[in-house]
Amino acid sequence: MTIDAPVRPQAPPATPEAPATSGRPGPFGKAIPRREDLRLAAGDGRYLDDLGHEALAAAFLRSPHAHARIIDIDITDALGVDGLVAIYTYEDLDGRVAEPLPLLIPHPALHAPRTNYPLANGVVNHVGEAVAMVVATDRYIAEDAVERIRVQWEPLPAVVGLPAAFAAEHAVHPDVPDNVAAHMVQSVGEAHAAIDAAPYTMELALHVERSASMPLEGKGVYARWDADDRSLRMYSSTQTSTSVRFAIAAKLGIPVDRVEVVTPDVGGGFGVKIMHPWPEEVLVPWAAIRLGREVKWVEDRREHFISSAHERAQEHTVRVGFDADGRILGLDVRFLHDNGAYTPYGIIVPIISSTQLLGPYKLGSYRVEFHSLYTNTVLVTPYRGAGRAHGCFVMERVMDAIADHRGLDRAVVRERNMIQPDEMPYDQGLIFQDGRPLIYDTGDFPASLHKALALVDWSGFAAVRDAARAEGRSVGIGLATYVEGTGVGPYEGAHVRVETSGDVVVATGLTTQGQGHETVFAQIAAQELGVPIERVTVTTGDTRRFKYGVGTFASRSAVMSGNAVAAAARKVRAKALRLAAAALAADESELELADGEIVVRGFSSSDGLPGPRIALATVAVLANPLRYAFDEEAQRATQFSGQMGATPAGDGPPVAEGEEPGLEATGWYSPIRSTFANGVHACVVETDPETAEIKVLRYCVVHDCGTIINPMIVEGQVHGGVAQGVGGALYERIVYDESGQLVNASFMDFLMPYASEVPRVETDHLTSPSPLNPLGVKGVGEAGIIPGHAVIASAVEDAEGFRIDRMPISPSELWELRRRHAAGEVPSLRRASSLQPGSSLREEPA
Amino acid sequence: MSEPTHEVKLTVNGVPHSVSVPARRLLSDCLRHDVGLTGTHVGCEHGVCGACTVLLDGEPVRSCLLFAVTVDGQSVTTMEGCRSAEGGLGPVQRAFMECHGLQCGFCTPGFVTTITAFLRDNSDPTEEEAREAIGGNLCRCTGYQNIVASVLRAAEILREGAVE
Ligand code: FES
Ligand code: FES
Repeated sequence: MTIDAPVRPQAPPATPEAPATSGRPGPFGKAIPRREDLRLAAGDGRYLDDLGHEALAAAFLRSPHAHARIIDIDITDALGVDGLVAIYTYEDLDGRVAEPLPLLIPHPALHAPRTNYPLANGVVNHVGEAVAMVVATDRYIAEDAVERIRVQWEPLPAVVGLPAAFAAEHAVHPDVPDNVAAHMVQSVGEAHAAIDAAPYTMELALHVERSASMPLEGKGVYARWDADDRSLRMYSSTQTSTSVRFAIAAKLGIPVDRVEVVTPDVGGGFGVKIMHPWPEEVLVPWAAIRLGREVKWVEDRREHFISSAHERAQEHTVRVGFDADGRILGLDVRFLHDNGAYTPYGIIVPIISSTQLLGPYKLGSYRVEFHSLYTNTVLVTPYRGAGRAHGCFVMERVMDAIADHRGLDRAVVRERNMIQPDEMPYDQGLIFQDGRPLIYDTGDFPASLHKALALVDWSGFAAVRDAARAEGRSVGIGLATYVEGTGVGPYEGAHVRVETSGDVVVATGLTTQGQGHETVFAQIAAQELGVPIERVTVTTGDTRRFKYGVGTFASRSAVMSGNAVAAAARKVRAKALRLAAAALAADESELELADGEIVVRGFSSSDGLPGPRIALATVAVLANPLRYAFDEEAQRATQFSGQMGATPAGDGPPVAEGEEPGLEATGWYSPIRSTFANGVHACVVETDPETAEIKVLRYCVVHDCGTIINPMIVEGQVHGGVAQGVGGALYERIVYDESGQLVNASFMDFLMPYASEVPRVETDHLTSPSPLNPLGVKGVGEAGIIPGHAVIASAVEDAEGFRIDRMPISPSELWELRRRHAAGEVPSLRRASSLQPGSSLREEPA
Repeated sequence: MSEPTHEVKLTVNGVPHSVSVPARRLLSDCLRHDVGLTGTHVGCEHGVCGACTVLLDGEPVRSCLLFAVTVDGQSVTTMEGCRSAEGGLGPVQRAFMECHGLQCGFCTPGFVTTITAFLRDNSDPTEEEAREAIGGNLCRCTGYQNIVASVLRAAEILREGAVE
């Protein structure tokens, strides 16, 4: 199979349909301020720890060892703590709570999956693994008791770092002696043969270190058990309340209809909160049921570092074959992925890496092989960018290396390898993270590139460099492109109801961690229903309001729930028109819905002609035929009012055949596969000649996320992503020592960027609507972060004149590279010699 | 034996409160759980993120680094105290909404209190001064650009208010 031409027939005949009311004034597509800010900006948000002030507090004893056997747990001392309510260890767990936590995403290539127990069962596999749970009257007291629990440990050899894991001198899990959890190969064409036959070949070793999502609010769980009603309500700071509900119901053996999971306001997620159920999500409700008391656990920062998931660590070995023009003929990537101690989230991250690595390029042939390895460290699950950041780093480093090898402009090499717009949709011939073919739907990659080159003034940079040189300063320019699979299935749904007041109430299953869903989903509903946005309220992540859904991850919310809200609103709109037509004795096709009322076309208030009309609120009243009125408005829907329902003449049933009472509907969106956004980042850095400090002087982003619902929110997503990308490239890393201690588990030592480190972001965009969904939208949540490593490496390399092949890069690491470069241990870039004052970067000649 | 407690008198957002707390009770916990004002957030409890910033007698402090007993008799302004007199968004909070200066909103209280104090002393900051003023607070969502814009917009709103 070759990837030169798409081989799969294109399934969907779906044409992008603009919003039903597009062309009319409405909030869709506008930069309107966020509706949730009235609450959040006033300090009136309700985050997990703002709830349950009377609840008992839980705290956990966590392993101080990376790998150890538990010989004995002695709680005698702790029992004397005043205010102690309960202490639980593994021995106390019962039923399915005593079983390992679920394997969320099984995959045939994950041949040795391992998941942890809620509390360690005889052995711990990373520092921070929960060993005992203490419940007390408050958190201070619970921690007092934790400190007094004595554990006798038998330390075991710790496996830390990919080389050690691969060498497998010691095993994390004794029944997985080679530490290999998964091994997977995907290929398109004959990459090895193509590389061997290519005019030029190169090998690169490219590494990315561990980092973490690090939301400002940690996780938290609060559970209330109603013993009389035999029902559980649980609040969790999660990215998926619907899935937590099913998982907890199954674990605790409670019928799922007796479990409600509510996600309150959430202080950021970035991936780590899509993992579930965390041990605490099982244990807190379990304890609440056992004790018959409300129980709450709020993660502190150290706990978050040592027990919540990390990401990013991968080591790649790349072989590439290319021709004199810089066209890639074959690419072979082998990489090791550090999955930590357990694999509950499967191998999603390395799968995304291996597929999204291809970016906007068509390669002659491609082979990717990875080993996902156990280490005695915290488990690894997606962090914003999830595998894409590393994939992008690899591909873009290869592009820069080829350009340097051939003495070509880095932009030219990229463009020569790009998929052209007339080749869309383009099938990369691989299977993506949703189990579906990796087919790019739309996008104009060369146009994105050219926009970025213009924005950063690529061709004018030689003069900038010369000017800097003249002042004794060293600057460099970098470039990186990406394609981002967004809106992965399987589905989301939404419910839209028009109240008898005319207010519109929207609910969807997925959750919100700052993305502005209350605003963008309201924009969609308001547009579809022709009501002012002020009349629309949106609830997310509350299973009392919407039970089915998947969750918020992979830049999917606008695509998935956005289209589900549109689908539901369109059904409501159709029903409103049907009922109004009957009430007004008009034909549906003559009616239009605007400003909260239904009028005969040509007779709207703006036309200045008073004509037959009916308020949406009245339609909502009539939609629910009543026997008993509850207020004056409702009297219109009662039996003797003469107005009831769609059958004013009284010759049919009050609720017509095929209709349901109420002006409401549920809509669903389930895509056949992901939709692909793309973009290009370019940045300028300055490297200090003495201190090797790296400063980002300019950062430009061009992105294409299809139809935009709210440009202000899209822009905000990009800014935030860039900040995390810059942080990941220059400052942040999770550091384990060889014994498996996490040595920088605080904000003092894990360096998230402050305002002084984050550059101002200059943006531009293209709009290539997706044909895969009615709104034409694509996701944008990860657009800002994906090329972070790649673009900054590209710029630092350009400033320094030698190759950068691992990220993040600190001043001391750059300083060391300079020393080794001066000593002849690190070769110069071929173009470095030409980068003298007056030379033109445009040519980047060899 | 139960832990001894101490009477602490605080004026929070102009309202006198008296709470009985153990000596080790953090001011952040006291404000959130004893006084019941959850607008103050806790992101690290080790003095680095700034989410817990409140104004103590008008000056920004990290409430996670103070024990409630050590501020007995002092007055505290929290996020709730930065609202308008009518209880809606105050000038700095309004600027955050207008400029999209918040996403998840978890860091926002620390920024709003810090900026409130900053603008009291510098009513017409440059962009650089605005960036500098928020340099001790962490935000994981916004990339700060819109927070810098919020500082400048808040200054503008406050100046307009002063003229009226
Ligand atoms: S919570 Fe006080 S500085 Fe972070
Ligand atoms: S808005 Fe989420 S941390 Fe700042």
